[in-house]
Amino acid sequence: MTLLSIEGVTGGYGGADILHGVDLRVEPGEMVVIIGPNGAGKSTLMKAAFGLVKIREGAVLFERRDITPLRPDQIVRQGISYVPQEQNVFPSMTVEENLEMGAFIRNDDIRPQMDRIYNFFPRLAERRNQVAGSMSGGERQMLAMGRALMLDPKLLLLDEPTAGLSPIFIDQTFDRIRKINEAGIGILMVEQNAKQALAVCDRGYVLTMGRNRIDDTGPNLLANKDVAEMFLGG
Amino acid sequence: MGTELLQLAIYGVVSGSILTLGAIGVSLIFGILRFAHFAHGDLMTLGAYFAFSMVVGLGFPVWASAPFAVAGAALAAMTIDQTVYRHLRRASPIILLISSFGIAIALRSVVQLIWGPHNQVYQSGIQLPWRIGDIVIKPDHVWIVLGAVVLVILLHLFLTRTKMGKAMRAMSDNMDLALVSGIPSERVILVTWAVGGGMAAVAGIFLGMDTRLHPVMGWSLLLPVFAAAILGGIGRPYGAIAGGMVIGLAMEMSTMVINPTYKPAVAFALMVLMLVVRPQGLFKGNP
Amino acid sequence: MELGGLATYGVFFLTQAGIYAVLALGLNVQYGLTGQINIGIAGFFAVGAYTSAILTTATSTAHLGGFDLPFLVGIAGAMATSAVVAVGIGWVTMRLRSDYLAIATIGIAEIIRIVFKNEDWLTNGVRGVPGIPRPFVETLGANPLVSLGVVTAFVLLAYWLVEQARRSPWGRVLRAIRENEDGVMAAGKNVARFRLQAFVFGSSLMGMAGGLYAHFIGFISPEAFMPLYGTFLVWVMLIAGGAGNNRGAVLGAFAIWMLWSATQFLTDALGAEYATQAGALRVLLIGVLLQVILIARPQGILPEHARRKGRG
Repeated sequence: MTLLSIEGVTGGYGGADILHGVDLRVEPGEMVVIIGPNGAGKSTLMKAAFGLVKIREGAVLFERRDITPLRPDQIVRQGISYVPQEQNVFPSMTVEENLEMGAFIRNDDIRPQMDRIYNFFPRLAERRNQVAGSMSGGERQMLAMGRALMLDPKLLLLDEPTAGLSPIFIDQTFDRIRKINEAGIGILMVEQNAKQALAVCDRGYVLTMGRNRIDDTGPNLLANKDVAEMFLGG
Repeated sequence: MGTELLQLAIYGVVSGSILTLGAIGVSLIFGILRFAHFAHGDLMTLGAYFAFSMVVGLGFPVWASAPFAVAGAALAAMTIDQTVYRHLRRASPIILLISSFGIAIALRSVVQLIWGPHNQVYQSGIQLPWRIGDIVIKPDHVWIVLGAVVLVILLHLFLTRTKMGKAMRAMSDNMDLALVSGIPSERVILVTWAVGGGMAAVAGIFLGMDTRLHPVMGWSLLLPVFAAAILGGIGRPYGAIAGGMVIGLAMEMSTMVINPTYKPAVAFALMVLMLVVRPQGLFKGNP
Repeated sequence: MELGGLATYGVFFLTQAGIYAVLALGLNVQYGLTGQINIGIAGFFAVGAYTSAILTTATSTAHLGGFDLPFLVGIAGAMATSAVVAVGIGWVTMRLRSDYLAIATIGIAEIIRIVFKNEDWLTNGVRGVPGIPRPFVETLGANPLVSLGVVTAFVLLAYWLVEQARRSPWGRVLRAIRENEDGVMAAGKNVARFRLQAFVFGSSLMGMAGGLYAHFIGFISPEAFMPLYGTFLVWVMLIAGGAGNNRGAVLGAFAIWMLWSATQFLTDALGAEYATQAGALRVLLIGVLLQVILIARPQGILPEHARRKGRG
């Protein structure tokens, strides 16, 4: 059963449309990357999957269920978590409190899941009582992903997870994302570091002007001459 | 001179306690709903009069009437939110501010309609003050300060130990992220009104104990309350405590050198000074 | 009520509505055009009233002056003094968000009220300033119609001034600031200065209204202003009429003043026994009306822009 299916979505933020009939799908356990030039509507497409965009035409299906009319807080309950590109932590709250907020809708014992996340990001365990606003960009990115994983989602949406990070942290972040994916969680991400992203993903979509341009497997896209010219610096 | 200073400092701590309770509510509401709630002073008035009804009508002592007044004011605040402010969630903060200005006027009219326009007191007769050397302390003053301390501790525990309290801090920190995390914003907003309204009621009761009850009592305190919230960094409830104390002390101490009727001018001057020199407040606040 | 009484009341009603129209136009410059919130309208109104009173009354030992100057000098002085006060308050708040300005204006109105109440040498304190001459009383006599004519002339003048301002490039910058402050700043305009100018212009019109009121009533005291209700009524007038639209501001002033006066008849019917309750009920009704307008028709009777059809 297809995990996420975006079908002919047209829409934007209330003004002019940004997306024009875009299709995209993510299979269970798959890692899918959206690349494209600035202003192509990459982030908008991802937000559309999370109920943050006004969809005029088309539909978003999650496990065959139509989630187009749902609000973000309802979509979270379906098993999708979203990590925004910027301001993706609660800065005045501690690491632990951030994780707790990620699990707000759960009423059971969240301790085991929190321990799993601390195991997965040992850095967060060390800093569990530190205030998020005082952490480095890379640590915040880890915390943001940890927060999103507290609900043990089936699909994780990542908006440019490596933006603004130093090369070491970029590598680490990609490594963590791959590990999350290996645990069976589907991943849909927007990335500027197209080369690295395509190298780790299963499939990729190239978006231009709010329309599908090319979609193919990661290796094929890496080998594609047009893609190389457009994004990979020749 | 030293005695007078100490005496005024005591008065300052008392009014600072009252201002703090009001300013915390203003700050919480600003942090989550992003608008300056101009009806907060009149919520204080309403709470004070709720308690007055219990005291006069049912013969309750003031302290025993407080829980009922808190519940009444919290309910009133939630009702106002659901009937008016909820419909303006998507409007600009300016529209909400104007709306709350209208609510302030309407609340005051309700108080006048029900309880009349005259001064009232909880207890007639003079309380025997305690004397320590030349310092005079009224028992009520002790209760006010102790009450404020207890409430601030309770609020602190609520904000740091309970899931709902943490959700309030989360929404105040980053509204968008709170939404995508699945935090139910409308429920948190309602709780915010309950907490803010309840604390306003206690502030109103304390103000009534310290002075007298009057339909304009809360509105008159709105300026120093906002000054306290701004001094502490609006949107930061913990800053409001320091802000309240600074404003309370400054207002009382100033009476050594200026005519006491100009006390509001002191709060105003401090607020303006703060806005010019350090608009983010004494501590880091939301921009 | 006999016919003559009705006519007298009509003149009285129109004169007061006209004064409110000037206030609403002043607020329209601040809020309608620029998005600034002024909760201290009554303060600027009082400054204007006292200034004109002190300038035009006969010499008195009870308060400063009077200087026995002509009516028009009084009004000009009222505008100038209000403008000076506005410069002072605006100077420190123009760089700040509009909600901070709103809080600051409460403070300034409160301080003005305390000063007028306590500084006997200036204002004769709570006893007030009597004997303020009616406009042009020496040449035209004390006919109430003269006052109405004068107020009407000033409403037209204020309307013309504000309308000119609104249509000018200056007014376009104000609206641009209201819509997109960062954009205007990026275009190299000094946003704070434009805001200050608008605030001062609006406040001087409020001072003008205060001066007109003093000469129309003939006696002013700190209690005569019902400070907050006055401010509140002006806000309801502008919101109801249509913020940003000058015709809306004038229309709102007359409509709400009519409503307000009509509820006065209502309370008169209830009798003196319930006078205070009735007064509170009137205010409550207007307070509820404001909420209904804000929720159901936030653009007011005459919206700033004609409604655009079918957005693409």
